Amino acid sequence: MNDVRRLKILVADDTDTDRLILESIVRKEGHHVVSARNGLEAIHVYSAEKPDIVLLDALMPELDGFGAARKIKELAGDELVPVIFLTSLSDTESLVQCLDAGGDDFLSKPYNRIILQAKIKSFNRMREMHSTMLTQRDQIVQHNNRLLQEQTVAKHVFDNVAHSGCLNASNVRYFLSSLAVFNGDVLVAAMRPNGSMMVLLGDFTGHGLPAAIGAMPLASTFYGMVPKGFSMTDILREINGKLKNILPVGIFCCATMMDINFRKKRLKIWNGGLPDCFVYHHQDGRISPVKSTHLPLGVLSNRAFKDNCEFFELQQDDRIFVWSDGIHEARNPEGDMFGEARLKELFSRNTNPELLFNDIIEGVQQFVGTGEKDDDLSLLEIRMDEPARVNSFAKEASDKFGNSEIEWVMGFEVKPTSFKVFDPLPMLLNVLMEVPSLRAFSSTLYTILAELYTNALEHGVLKLDSNLKKTPDGFSDYYELREQRINQITDGFVRINISHKTNENGGILKVRIEDSGEGFDYQQRSPDNLSSFGYSGRGIALVEKLCGTVSYLGCGNIVEVDFSWVCDD
Amino acid sequence: MEHLDYETLNTLKQVMEDDFALLIDTFVQDSTDRISSLSELIKGTDGDLIRRAAHSFKGSSSNIGAPTLAALCSALEKKAFENKLNDLAADLDLIEKEFAEVLTQLRAL
Repeated sequence: MNDVRRLKILVADDTDTDRLILESIVRKEGHHVVSARNGLEAIHVYSAEKPDIVLLDALMPELDGFGAARKIKELAGDELVPVIFLTSLSDTESLVQCLDAGGDDFLSKPYNRIILQAKIKSFNRMREMHSTMLTQRDQIVQHNNRLLQEQTVAKHVFDNVAHSGCLNASNVRYFLSSLAVFNGDVLVAAMRPNGSMMVLLGDFTGHGLPAAIGAMPLASTFYGMVPKGFSMTDILREINGKLKNILPVGIFCCATMMDINFRKKRLKIWNGGLPDCFVYHHQDGRISPVKSTHLPLGVLSNRAFKDNCEFFELQQDDRIFVWSDGIHEARNPEGDMFGEARLKELFSRNTNPELLFNDIIEGVQQFVGTGEKDDDLSLLEIRMDEPARVNSFAKEASDKFGNSEIEWVMGFEVKPTSFKVFDPLPMLLNVLMEVPSLRAFSSTLYTILAELYTNALEHGVLKLDSNLKKTPDGFSDYYELREQRINQITDGFVRINISHKTNENGGILKVRIEDSGEGFDYQQRSPDNLSSFGYSGRGIALVEKLCGTVSYLGCGNIVEVDFSWVCDD
Repeated sequence: MEHLDYETLNTLKQVMEDDFALLIDTFVQDSTDRISSLSELIKGTDGDLIRRAAHSFKGSSSNIGAPTLAALCSALEKKAFENKLNDLAADLDLIEKEFAEVLTQLRAL
């Protein structure tokens, strides 16, 4: 008795002696008894008292035990109310009828106290287990609802971040499950200012929120940089660095990124960890696979990150197919994976390229059958087309970009009061880094500007002699003198003039620095022996190497270099 | 077969304690009512009603520890079930006599 708490038990029997006996037995066991004399009464008492266990005589007037049991089970709903039939019936058919009516067990007359006690105990255990199960089920439902609600909010946020995309262009087809972001797949596409399209399909490791969380910085970086014209390698590096910083070890993003130039019919593609992409050649149905030659995004530090891309010259109506491993790893009921061989077979059997996209989706779905859901399936097709047919932006940008260049000039002068405290280089470099194609050359540009500015300031404005630096003692004298003069200086200037011009293949940056100094006899400078050139030492040799030529003008107080670059976009 | 099953009765006594006398009185009253109800029923032709009445009587007799009485009720129940409704008066007569015997012995407890 000590392990069963006091229960409320309904005893329904029309025979007074039987009911008396049963009531006494049950009460003796320490339970609370409520009684009924027939089936109808039993239902009323059940509704009013909500007993834990019901003992029902099978044959009763008004409504028999079978009818009462059905009604009581109906009233109990989800809750488990054990119904035990009291019966002196012993034929199989009657006992089966008891169970069919929703009875959980039966107890034969004459009553055996020990057996009744055991049955009450066992059914109480079952009842408690059932109620625990219901509570946990409700908790699971609640948790699940909350999860879905959170996902809806998160998806909403993500959709807003990804909103500016151009996935609706006429030459783009894609398939993503509605909550793809939560199985780690992300697809972003945007137009560059030059009218080419940049697309990234990513597949984060893992599922759920941890997989989704990386999609945010990825998408916002992508959409922040693409419309400003940054090159694919700049964007890949930026995303890689961000993910590497944010994501825990073991979570990273397999991705393929593409820059599709519709005007030049050119594809630039980088694959880090996704299955081979296919470039489908319209003319002969040939496929060029683009293998993953890189580690996924978010694995390597930016220093070790490799951004070299593959290039393809495409024809009108050539198609690029990119997928996450969901297609390759889709399983049929036997557990076999779809695999690349089946994918290639789909391509070789195809006769109308326009149907390839649907062929792939249907092929995978048929293979999988009804068993598993195709939630992880992400597929993207991009067809090479004339800019005018892609979207209005591509047309406009392409028309503009096709015959115009971006050209500007910037002048900058450092005044004498500021030589001591102001270093103009970070500011200038910041401006240059806003020019998309120059970003890749930041350290080169810094070196060039730093060397030229230092020369202009120290030898031009401060009139320091670089010969001083030839001995160790002279070296410290040099810097002592520099300190002295920079504190005393009241006039002079350094003017920095930077002009920028793009062309079809890249661009050219002209840097001209003029100082207020006396210049030097640059005619005597010997071009074949750079180190012997005393005026500015090794620095100029380095600049010469980076820019091709360094020209001096005026009395030697003006220096000019051209830095030209080739852009592979 | 014994008229009374003393083991069952002893258990009942333990279980019912002070209510044991009430239980016996109830049984006597209940059984008397059943017998008079049966004697009316067997004059008629409703086999199912007779069967149900005999079934209930069987149950209460077996619960109180009167196995012979329960066995006689069971025989009547069986006949009614098979719709052999002739000669049921003889069966009821046997039941009445057995009940009288049970009553005597219960009073003697």
